[in-house]
Amino acid sequence: MSDASLQNGPDMGTPRAKSSILQLDQRTKKRNASETRFRAYGIAAIAVGLVFLVVLITSIIFKGVGAFQQTFITLDVELLESKLDKTGERDIEEIKKVTTFGYNPLIENALKAAMDEAGVDNPFAKGKDLRKMLSSGAAAELRRFVVANPDRIGDTVQFRLLASSRVDGYLKGRVTRDSLARDKNLTPVHLDVVDQLKDAGVVAKGFNLSFITGADASESRPEQAGIGVSMLGSLYMMLVVLACALPIGVAASIYLEEFAPQNWFTDLIEVNISNLAAVPSIVFGILGLAVFIQFAHLPQSAPLVGGLVLTLMTLPTIIISTRASLKSVPPSIREAALGIGASKMQTVFHHVLPLAMPGILTGTIIGLAQALGETAPLLLIGMVGYIASNYPGGIIEGFMSPNSAMPAQIYEWAKRADPAYYERAWGGIIILLVFLMTMNIIAIILRRRFERRW
Amino acid sequence: MSAFWLLMIILALAAMGFILGRSRAISSVQGDRRQLHSLPNYYGFNVAMLAFVPAVLMLGAWVIIQPMLISGQVSTHIPEALYEDAGQLNLIMSDVKRVADGLDLAVALGAMTADASSQLNTDTTDIRAMLGEVGVALGGDVDPSVLTAAQEMRAKTVSGNLFMTIVVLVVAGAGFIAAMMMTRGDFRARNAVEGGVKALLIGAASIAILTTVGIVLSLIFNTITFFGLFPAGDFLFGLTWSPEGRGGSEHLGILPLLWGTIYISIVALLVAVPIGLFAAVYLSEYASRATRAFAKPLLEVLAGIPTIVYGLFALTVVGPLLVNFFGADGLGWMQGARSVMTAGLVMGIMLIPFVSSLSDDIINAVPQAMRDGSYGLGATRSETVKQVVLPAALPGIVGAVLLAASRAIGETMIVVMGAGAAARLDLNPFEAMTTVTAKIVSQLTGDSDFASPEALVAFALGMTLFLLTLGLNVLALYIVRKYREQYE
Repeated sequence: MSDASLQNGPDMGTPRAKSSILQLDQRTKKRNASETRFRAYGIAAIAVGLVFLVVLITSIIFKGVGAFQQTFITLDVELLESKLDKTGERDIEEIKKVTTFGYNPLIENALKAAMDEAGVDNPFAKGKDLRKMLSSGAAAELRRFVVANPDRIGDTVQFRLLASSRVDGYLKGRVTRDSLARDKNLTPVHLDVVDQLKDAGVVAKGFNLSFITGADASESRPEQAGIGVSMLGSLYMMLVVLACALPIGVAASIYLEEFAPQNWFTDLIEVNISNLAAVPSIVFGILGLAVFIQFAHLPQSAPLVGGLVLTLMTLPTIIISTRASLKSVPPSIREAALGIGASKMQTVFHHVLPLAMPGILTGTIIGLAQALGETAPLLLIGMVGYIASNYPGGIIEGFMSPNSAMPAQIYEWAKRADPAYYERAWGGIIILLVFLMTMNIIAIILRRRFERRW
Repeated sequence: MSAFWLLMIILALAAMGFILGRSRAISSVQGDRRQLHSLPNYYGFNVAMLAFVPAVLMLGAWVIIQPMLISGQVSTHIPEALYEDAGQLNLIMSDVKRVADGLDLAVALGAMTADASSQLNTDTTDIRAMLGEVGVALGGDVDPSVLTAAQEMRAKTVSGNLFMTIVVLVVAGAGFIAAMMMTRGDFRARNAVEGGVKALLIGAASIAILTTVGIVLSLIFNTITFFGLFPAGDFLFGLTWSPEGRGGSEHLGILPLLWGTIYISIVALLVAVPIGLFAAVYLSEYASRATRAFAKPLLEVLAGIPTIVYGLFALTVVGPLLVNFFGADGLGWMQGARSVMTAGLVMGIMLIPFVSSLSDDIINAVPQAMRDGSYGLGATRSETVKQVVLPAALPGIVGAVLLAASRAIGETMIVVMGAGAAARLDLNPFEAMTTVTAKIVSQLTGDSDFASPEALVAFALGMTLFLLTLGLNVLALYIVRKYREQYE
C-alpha cells in the first residue's frame, strides 16, 4: 500500500522545489502565520476576559464610592420653647404631641439665619421652598433629639442635617441645572444658594456612616437609606445556613464517602446531589415558597426561611467539597486506626474527620459566600420591598420578623425610579463584595496554612 | 406546655440519662471497667439517645401535623354559604387563625381572662376593635361563625397541646427506662450507638433526595392546580403573554417567554463560548506557568461575582452604552437600555470562566501521548490543537457548552434587570424581551395568595424551567462522564 501511494503521490511528476531550512517556503510561512494568529486569538480571548473584569471593577468603584459620602448642612437651630413646649412644664407627653410639622419653622429660621450669616440673599418667598434643600427627614431628626433631651428646649443646638438627595447629587455631579428644569423637588435657584452656602462652609460633604449602619428609607428619601438592617438580615440567614448546612453536609459526605455500600440507594443520592448542584437557584425559591411558606406556614420574608432555602441550595456545594477533602485523607490512616482496634465509626470521627477539617471549612466558607450573594430565591419568599426599615428587636425577632438581605436590598434600590438610588445600589455592592472577598481570602489562607499534602 | 419547653425537658432528661446510664454500667461490673463490652461513655450515650431521639421525632411530627388536622376539622364547621371555592375557604381559615392568634395574644397580654375569651360574642363585643388594641389588625369585621371557629380552634389546640405533652413525655420516659434496663456489663452499647449515628448519617444523606422530591412535588401540585384553572394547550402553545388582560381575557402563552429565554441564551453563548474556549486553549497549551497562575484565578473571579452585580452592570453601564450606539441618536434600532443584547452580553461575560475552566479541565485530560504523536509528525502547535486535541476533547466541550446553556437558561437576576418585562416574539436583538425566570419573579414576588392563575402560572413556568435545565444537565453530565471514561 505504501508503495502505491508513493508512486501516485502528488510530488511524483513535478520536480521538488529546491528549499532549505534556512529559507522558509510558502507553505511553511502560511503555517507559521496561522500559528501566530491562533496564538493571538488565545491572548485576545484572555485579554477580553480580563478587560471585562477591569471594567466591571472600575465601574463598581466609581459608581459606588459616592454612596459613602453624603452632603450635610450644618445649622444652629434654636429650639423655641414657644413652638415645642407651650405649657413650659417640660411634660414629655406634651412635647411628643408636637408633630414633625411643628419643627419645620425652626429649620426654616435656622436656614435663614445661616444664609444671612453667609451673606446670601434669600430668593424664596416661602420658607417651604427654602426647606427643599434639606432632607424631608430633617424635622424628624430634630424631633427625635428633642424628645430624647427635653431639657435642651430653649437652647440653640448645632445640628448636622442631611441635605436633600438633589442637593447631594449636585455636589456629586449627578444633578445639573439642566436636569432640574422640570424637577418639582428642586429648582436651579436652589443650586445658586447651595453654591454660596458651600463656599461659606454650611453645606459640605462628609463620610456617610449611616449608609453602612442605617435602615432602608422610603422612595422619596434616598439620602436616608442605609444597608445596615439588611446586613443584619444577611447575617441571620448565614447563621441559619451555617447551623444547618455544615452538620448536614458533613454527615451526608461521611456516609457517602465512608459507609455507603454500592447499591441503587447510594446511586440515587449521588445522582440527586449532582443534579441539585445544577438546578437554577430560582427553583429553590419556588421550593421554599411552596414548602416553607405555603405548606409549613413559616412567616413570609423571614431570614429563617431565607436561610433554609439557601441551606438547600448550598448543600450540594458543601457535600462535594467535603467529599473531596475526605477522599484526600490517605487510606493508611484508616488502616492504622482499624488495625489497633478502633471501630469504623471511631476511625472516621477520631482520625479521618479532624484531618479533613481544613478542607471542609474551606468548602463551607466558599458555600457561604455563594449563599451570601444569591438573590433570586429571596425575591420569591418575599425578602424584597420596603421591609428592612427597622432593626429587629431581639434575636428571635431577628430570625422570624420580615427583613431583607444585602443582595435583595440592592435589587430593591436598583428598581426604584430615583437615580440617587443607583448610587446606593452600587455602594451596597461594594459592601457585599468586601464581605465576599474577606470570606474567600479566609478560605484561601485556611487552605494554604492547614492543608496537608500526603 | 409549649414545644420549646418540652424540648428543653427532653434535653435535660437525655443529659441525666447520660450520667445515670454511665454510672449504672460501671456499677453493674463493680467498677471493673475491663468487664464492660464498650467504653462507659457509650452506655451513657445509648440512654441519652433512646430518651431523646424517639421523643423529638414524635414532637416534630406532632407540631407539624396537629395544626393541619385541627384546621381541617374546624373548616368543616364553616357554613358553606360563606364561600364558593377552596380559595375563599382558605382566606376564611386564615382569618380564623388570625382571630385565634389574636385572642391568644390578648389573653397573654392580660387584656382579658382566658374564660372571657371563650365567652366572647360578636353581638356584644367589637372583636376587630378589641384585637386592634392588642396589635392584631384584621381586614374586616368578624363574622360570628369565624369567631366560633376560632374559639373551637383554640380549644382544640389547647387540648391537643396537653395531649402532645403527655405523649411526648411518655415516649421519652419509656425510652429512658428501656435503655436503663438494657444497661449491663455485657450489653453491646457501642454497636447500638454506632447504629444510631449511622442512621443519622443516612438521614442527612437522604436530604438530597427529599429536596428533589420537595421540588418536584411542589411544582407538580401547583402546576396541576394551574391547569385546572387554565387550559394546558393555551399555556403550552399560546403566542401571547398578557396576564393583566381585563375581564378574563388573560393570555398566558409560554412561547414568547421561551423564545426570549433561548434568544438571550444564544447571545450569551455566542459571547462566552469563543472567548472561553480560546482562553482555555491558550491557558492549557501555550501559557507559561506564570501566566497561567496569574490569568486563571483572575478569570475565575468573574465566576465568583454575584449575579446581582452583573444585573446592575447590565442596567446602568452596558445598557446605556449600547443605547449610545444603537439607540435613537445612533442607528435607531434600540428603544431603551433593556434589551436581549444587554442581558445576553453581560450573561456571556458571566459565563466566560464557566466555559473556560470546564474546557480547561477537559483539554488537560487529553493524553499527552496524542499531542506528542502529532508533534512527531511535524504539526505545529495550533495544528495539533485544531486537528488532534480539540476533536479528542469535543464531546467534553459539547458537555461544557450544554452546562453553560443550562446556566444561561436558569439565570435570573441579569434578565430581570437587563432584559425588560415585555413578552415579545421578535428577531431584533435590540428589542426588550423577557424570559421564563423573569416572569416567575414578577408573578410571585410579594404575593401570598396562590389561588389565581396569574400566580399559579409561575409554578408551571418553574416546572418548564426545571425540566429544561434538568434535561440539559443530564445530557451534559452523561456526555462528560462518557468522555472521561474514554481516557481514564
